[in-house]
Amino acid sequence: MAQLDIEFCGIRSPNPFWLASAPPTDKAYNVERAFEAGWGGVVWKTLAEAGPPVVNVNGPRYGALLAVDRSLIGFNNIELITDRELEVNLEEIRAIKRRWPDRAVIASIMVPCKEESWQAILPRVEDTGCDGIELNFGCPHGMSERGMGSAVGQVPEYIQMVTAWCKRYSRLPVIVKLTPNVTSIRMPARAAKAGGADAVSLINTINSIMGVDPETLTMSPAVGEQGTHGGYCGPAVKPIALHMVAEIARDPETAGLPISGIGGIGTWRDALDFIALGAGSVQVCTAAMVFGFKIVQEMINGLAGYMDQKGVASIAQLRGRAIGSVTDWQHLDLNRVAKAVINQDTCIQCGRCHIACEDTAHQAITAQRDGRRHFEVKEEECVGCNLCVNVCPVPGCITMRELAAGEIDRRTGRVVSDTRLPWTAHPNNPLRSGA
Amino acid sequence: MSEERRADIRAGRLPPQAYAARFTDHVPPLTEGQALLEASRCLYCYDAPCMQACPTRIDVPSFIRRIAEGNLRGAAESILTSNPLGGMCARDCPTEVLCEQVCVRNTEQGLPVAIGRLQRYAVDGLMGGAHQSLFTRARSTGRRVAVVGAGPAGLACAHALARLGHSVGLFDARPKPGGLNEYGIAAYKVAGGYAQREVQWLLEIGGIELQCGWRLASAAQLEALRREYDAVFLGFGLAQTYRLGIPGEGLEGVADAVEFISRLRQTPDLAALPVGRRVVVIGGGMTAIDAGVQAKLLGAESSTIVYRRGEQQMPASRKEQDLARIQGVAILHWLAPVEVLGEGGSVRGVRFARQRLEDGRLVPAGEELTVEADMVLKAIGQRLEAGLPSECGLTQRDGRIVVDESGRTSVANVWAGGDCVADGEDLTVYAVAHGLRAAHDIDTQLRNRRARADG
Repeated sequence: MAQLDIEFCGIRSPNPFWLASAPPTDKAYNVERAFEAGWGGVVWKTLAEAGPPVVNVNGPRYGALLAVDRSLIGFNNIELITDRELEVNLEEIRAIKRRWPDRAVIASIMVPCKEESWQAILPRVEDTGCDGIELNFGCPHGMSERGMGSAVGQVPEYIQMVTAWCKRYSRLPVIVKLTPNVTSIRMPARAAKAGGADAVSLINTINSIMGVDPETLTMSPAVGEQGTHGGYCGPAVKPIALHMVAEIARDPETAGLPISGIGGIGTWRDALDFIALGAGSVQVCTAAMVFGFKIVQEMINGLAGYMDQKGVASIAQLRGRAIGSVTDWQHLDLNRVAKAVINQDTCIQCGRCHIACEDTAHQAITAQRDGRRHFEVKEEECVGCNLCVNVCPVPGCITMRELAAGEIDRRTGRVVSDTRLPWTAHPNNPLRSGA
Repeated sequence: MSEERRADIRAGRLPPQAYAARFTDHVPPLTEGQALLEASRCLYCYDAPCMQACPTRIDVPSFIRRIAEGNLRGAAESILTSNPLGGMCARDCPTEVLCEQVCVRNTEQGLPVAIGRLQRYAVDGLMGGAHQSLFTRARSTGRRVAVVGAGPAGLACAHALARLGHSVGLFDARPKPGGLNEYGIAAYKVAGGYAQREVQWLLEIGGIELQCGWRLASAAQLEALRREYDAVFLGFGLAQTYRLGIPGEGLEGVADAVEFISRLRQTPDLAALPVGRRVVVIGGGMTAIDAGVQAKLLGAESSTIVYRRGEQQMPASRKEQDLARIQGVAILHWLAPVEVLGEGGSVRGVRFARQRLEDGRLVPAGEELTVEADMVLKAIGQRLEAGLPSECGLTQRDGRIVVDESGRTSVANVWAGGDCVADGEDLTVYAVAHGLRAAHDIDTQLRNRRARADG
């Protein structure tokens, strides 16, 4: 049986599935239930400095993007960091870690961007016996208006500065949580590394407005007559998160920096995506909020089953296996040719592939043959764009066939070459190497 | 003198090529697309009602979620961990009165998630794959347990005991293992030889020695088993059928429905199996439905199930009744058989007396009715072999063996389960639950005994 236990920047946990810093890790009651359900670790809901607690809105804090069957696609929130007393949180962290010594317990922290604030809280956090700290430089609503959260995460210099303070005043591993609300994720990641971070975690939530109530023409969710942008998460954000994780994993300046992957993870396959692109642990929030803590069992079973089937013995062996497959567009092989193939035995004749191709792509799928409804790829028109595959409702009905070298591409009339031809060497590129 | 009238019972009523299609899966397996779409309807309920409704407590939301995630092996693991005969139960459970009856989608959409079909999809996925083994045996305990009866109860018990490291002697009176799965349920529910495929999978765990053709027929045999083994589990079902106890029962053309189904299940050639032109089945349970439907499928011109009480009281589920009607079987209610009518030694019909309820008791309503028949199949229930359980010292109630909540009988070191005990309903899934419960209690007992011996 595959081993799921991990060591992530010195932090051990029996599996790579951690609950992200969020409502599910608000207090000991939740965390206790999470560990009973099998979660490998938790990142405690972000601690604030001692003093008057944070105040939350009491109206709606969450909004959702639902499919027609009411399954959740995207999720947004305007909840702030913990609204409980620091001392209460610290005591609960201490008790939980004592009760669950094999699980990872990480404290998320957000205090003002002043050295003395960090200097004050770090020893108290370390004293709980927790395994590490995560710096919340990502929260995009509320706290960012007060110069914390994503307001820090959007300025690489601040990231480096605060990270360095944390390394100075704490012996615990420092995980820097990054905001996706930036133009390039590489800069904040490099700054974290430069500050001495032991790891980064990403993504935090994305600035978002869920919609407008058609009756009142008020944005939603709204607290009374007004709302504010919230942090977007859930299945919809996974591709954005994966891209950012891969960017950090393949950037020569940050390659090898441990990454805790976050963003839309709800199944073992999602976790696999993140791990293969470089994540050493994964963090989950929305899926737990939709299905409850038990969902981790399905993720554990699925991931272990996959690893057994593939003969992968450990998460370490799996981590980063797909990083090498991510590159820049200019390095893609322009000599490769693929064509769509429609399986006539499983085609249900809905015509979605035809109309998608006819109206918006390359007019490469028939609608009729001999006067009868019939959908078939016209290879002489097909550019292999994959649009039809994506709109087809039947699993496996439309597939892409890559032409073998020596076959003729009926669209161009050219023989498919087995020589690699990236844009960097393409004759049409005036800047090609050797031009 | 006119030629003597014979009941019209003969084989080959259909063109030879017609049989295979008629006896194939009545509920076809789901395709991948169907399974994924259906799985997406499951809400992953908290404390799921479907799981509570399952006698073996299969974690339905978990296995369906795993199907949706493309983790078929994990789905099968989830099912078979709770119920090693999950593949059979997926086929023959009346899900409409168990898990699917309480699916919350009934309330919300008027249509439950197709739990049974999804369960079959998952288990078939495992059984059809390259790596079928899921479980490994624990280290051998050196203990030996005798399991009498290789039906659902015995198989479940034997498999669980073997997993726990015990050695099992599994005995069955019939030539093949499987019990009613092999001999007693309709062919169209277990097409493709599934009963034997499942038995083979169960035995692959190792540590189970199967001996067919061995019948427990005397108290001395049970005594011998108790001496030779550390524990004994009895899961031998109900070997005897009830008699109608009315005139004409001995006429040619009158047969037990279980015998009819058993012959049908075992025949290598359905076209060679005789069936009456007009068939009357007496009874109201699953056996009556299975016999009535299969008689029709074999080409009977008419097949009529006659039950002495009303539609509501029929032990066969509403869905089963509907299935029978769709196949062209007629179901008559409130009619009790009075006499099997014959001519020249063979059946020509059955005379029934209409019944009504009076203070909860059935009483004749005065009217009588004759249904013409060439073949009469009795499906009014089975019972224990007379005498033997008493000789063995087994306490009984209503003709079944009494067991406690752990499956223990009144005889020391003897457990029992399945149809032969007075507990639960006569369904595969209850038999499996009995077998598992006994296996775990036997295991606990044997370990305690060892601990005491060591102490």
